[in-house]
Amino acid sequence: MDTVFETPDALNDRTRAALIDLLYRLADDELIIGHRDSEWTGLAPILEADIAFSSMAQDEMGHALAYYHLLSELGEGDPDTLAFGRSPEQFRCASLVSLPKADWGFSVLRQFLYDTAECVRLSALAHSAYRPLAHLARKLQSEEKYHLMHGRMWVLRLGDATDESRRIMRDGLAAAYPHALGLFEPTEADEPLAQAGISPRESDLRKQFESAATPVLREAGLIAPPNAEPVYGGRTGKHPDALASLLDGMRLVYHTDPDAKW
Amino acid sequence: MSIALSTKSGELAEAWRALEAVKDPEIPVISVVDLGIIADVRREGEAIVVDMTPTFAGCPALDVIRVDIRAAIEALGHGEVSVRVVYDPPWTTERITDRGRRQLKEFGLAPPGPTCGDGMPNLDAVPCPLCDSTDTTLESIFGPTLCRSIHYCNACLQSFEHFKQV
Repeated sequence: MDTVFETPDALNDRTRAALIDLLYRLADDELIIGHRDSEWTGLAPILEADIAFSSMAQDEMGHALAYYHLLSELGEGDPDTLAFGRSPEQFRCASLVSLPKADWGFSVLRQFLYDTAECVRLSALAHSAYRPLAHLARKLQSEEKYHLMHGRMWVLRLGDATDESRRIMRDGLAAAYPHALGLFEPTEADEPLAQAGISPRESDLRKQFESAATPVLREAGLIAPPNAEPVYGGRTGKHPDALASLLDGMRLVYHTDPDAKW
Repeated sequence: MSIALSTKSGELAEAWRALEAVKDPEIPVISVVDLGIIADVRREGEAIVVDMTPTFAGCPALDVIRVDIRAAIEALGHGEVSVRVVYDPPWTTERITDRGRRQLKEFGLAPPGPTCGDGMPNLDAVPCPLCDSTDTTLESIFGPTLCRSIHYCNACLQSFEHFKQV
């Protein structure tokens, strides 16, 4: 029978460190993309689009908080400090989420790629041997389906609408796809996590992502750049400059008085 | 002062009754019990513990609900109260009671469809809570709160919101 880990105490040091690394990646991805989503509030092309990105932002922030709570239970500190008190190089988000929102086409493509990847990852993590993560992943998976519906709808609509929309979507995909592959950057945590049954290897998840994304892109008249070189670095704290700017803005209020009681 | 209930099951029954008075702050006609977000109520040593399973993990009303639950149970005077957020069991549509579904509809919110399970949610042809027609159109997957989508009824020509199933 496979071992399951019901609580942090059940983990040995090596597995615990690997799990903590994974949770920072998950939490930081959600926090940063949640912030990027919120940047469309008041600016989206139509009202329903504005509501969509604002709502998804709220979802992602809530999901980030849930992951930070898991990190708290593993002794990493309180969620507010984790979200607002770390320097950019301490973050473990992939570059895809750090990229600025650019234009509408790029943003819906980025959202589609991110959520396709997330749904693949959550499906796997719903069976994680670390039960608190499995329960959370199962819950979040059910909510992320609505994000996926939204991303697919826009990619299909814009990928094959006018010459202008086709061009913008093709350019957006060429720019975003290498960063999407960066979501699956291999790390030293891969082996311990796979051996413990806590998470599949990043390389396996990447294959599943490509299988899930390709048919939708094809239906939209788009082709993922073949042999795209993944952009790595985020999982070891090397980020585009855009992340530092984002964090400066996001933490402005917090840093005026970190001890304030809200 | 409430009648002292000496049996363990008595105090827990009283706690459940108290929870029926705790309403969703955004949908004040429905209680947290009828919404199905109370996963468990039990005694652990000195404390009464209430486990709540959120409808949507990012729902900002959760904090308000947690405070309200704590206040309702503390008012019973049975000792400490601990309110915990759990994801096992996960909240799904099936947890809403029949009374809760009726209350949602009367409020003007279309009740959620069946749980999607492994499949994608179906937001097409949601019955209109105002006139019951299924000749309705999805206007927006997202709405004013995390749990709602926005629809338009082609029969009675009014828009309405729908509680999304998960």
